[in-house]
Amino acid sequence: MTGSIAAVGAGLAVIGAGIGIGQIGGHAMDAIARQPEASGKITTTMLIAAALVEGVALFGVVVALL
Amino acid sequence: MTSKINTSGTNSFILATFFTFISFLSFSSSPSEPLDASNHVETSVAGHHKSDAPVNISKIAFEHILDSHSWHFWGDGHDAVSIGLPVILKTNDGIVSFISSEFHHDTQGNVVVEKNGQRFVNFEETIYYASEVPNEQGQYITEGKNKKGDTIAINDSPLDFSLTKNATQLLGSALILILLFTSVARSYKKHGVTSAPKGKQSFLEPLIVFVRDDLAKENIGPKGEKFVPYLLTVFFLILINNIFGLVPVSANLTGNIAFTMVLAVCTMIVTNINGNKQYWSHIFAPHAPKAIWPILIPIEIIGILTKPFALMIRLFANISAGHIIIISLVGLIFLFKSILISPVSVAFALFIDVLEVLVAVLQAYIFTMLTSLFIGSAVADNSHNASHSSDDKETLKANH
Repeated sequence: MTGSIAAVGAGLAVIGAGIGIGQIGGHAMDAIARQPEASGKITTTMLIAAALVEGVALFGVVVALL
Repeated sequence: MTSKINTSGTNSFILATFFTFISFLSFSSSPSEPLDASNHVETSVAGHHKSDAPVNISKIAFEHILDSHSWHFWGDGHDAVSIGLPVILKTNDGIVSFISSEFHHDTQGNVVVEKNGQRFVNFEETIYYASEVPNEQGQYITEGKNKKGDTIAINDSPLDFSLTKNATQLLGSALILILLFTSVARSYKKHGVTSAPKGKQSFLEPLIVFVRDDLAKENIGPKGEKFVPYLLTVFFLILINNIFGLVPVSANLTGNIAFTMVLAVCTMIVTNINGNKQYWSHIFAPHAPKAIWPILIPIEIIGILTKPFALMIRLFANISAGHIIIISLVGLIFLFKSILISPVSVAFALFIDVLEVLVAVLQAYIFTMLTSLFIGSAVADNSHNASHSSDDKETLKANH
């Protein structure tokens, strides 16, 4: 096995990000389907939440890089 | 007519700055060294210019992410084309300054620069005092191992106040922002705010109004006007440096943890200086049963530090990670050493590049929004509504 434990750690962090952002996107799509006229607000909120979740995942990546 | 004179004034300013930077080129070394005869023989025998060493993508990626003492354009090693930037060092004998082209593109500690009787060497873009004797590879450094077991130089180093690539980029983008906003302010002064905006105004006005209304007024409330200049500065600085970072030849300023740390520290200072009594009482005397205060108060105090820390890491990691991905995707072509991988590589890199533009704007917005939220929680004044203590007592009485 080549590579390092740090790479495995970074991969695990990214799994969390993937699940989180996927959930956010899915719920956003449900919400837009229920109320299409609110889609602007929903999209903005979805992007903000996605950026915050990604920030947390990148904490993990930064620690892996250290 | 007057607008023409104004823009020509701005234009000549821009030209003057441009020529100042270009004059640094005169200090860069000329790549006119003739090739060695042995090199010639090697490449002609091999038939083509492929070398056998595998390409180290991670080293190339980190070279592009990290700061450096010279602004490198293209080329490798001795034939590199780059602009030398000023190196300003504070040594025990005073301040020494020179242009980094005196290192002749060397970052492995082989070239020693002598100034003021002191000898300096550049090892992996950190400047150290050169050792007396070179080691086996001709490097004037003493090697040691750091905690991870990697080889580092353990020479002493002077305090480094150089104008590195990132510092020059910061000065350049600050200058551009100043020119942009003063020219927009001037046209507002001349035409007033009632006529429709034109030109740069129509691009900047929605952004400025957005920061003022949807970020400052909404999150901070009526006291928001005081903080709009700081929020605008943070937003536009991060935005313009994120966008510049995506352009190939420029510096990666927002992906530098020192820059984001300074922004986060500024946010921390602004938040805590403007904290009112309610803010500090929430930290040191929170509205919770006294039994959990020993746990809650340390958490709240650490929270003063972790919120700006998270701001710093979020911006740094997002931008650096994006750059590393783009460089790695393009580096795939060099890794496979064939042109056939290029459609795949370029398509992926294009997709990630567009995503990075979105991330650039989004991260600027997120940093500014979180800053305005923190400032809002610091200056929040909920005494117009029922305050917490009277709420608890009344509900207690009602329940009894």
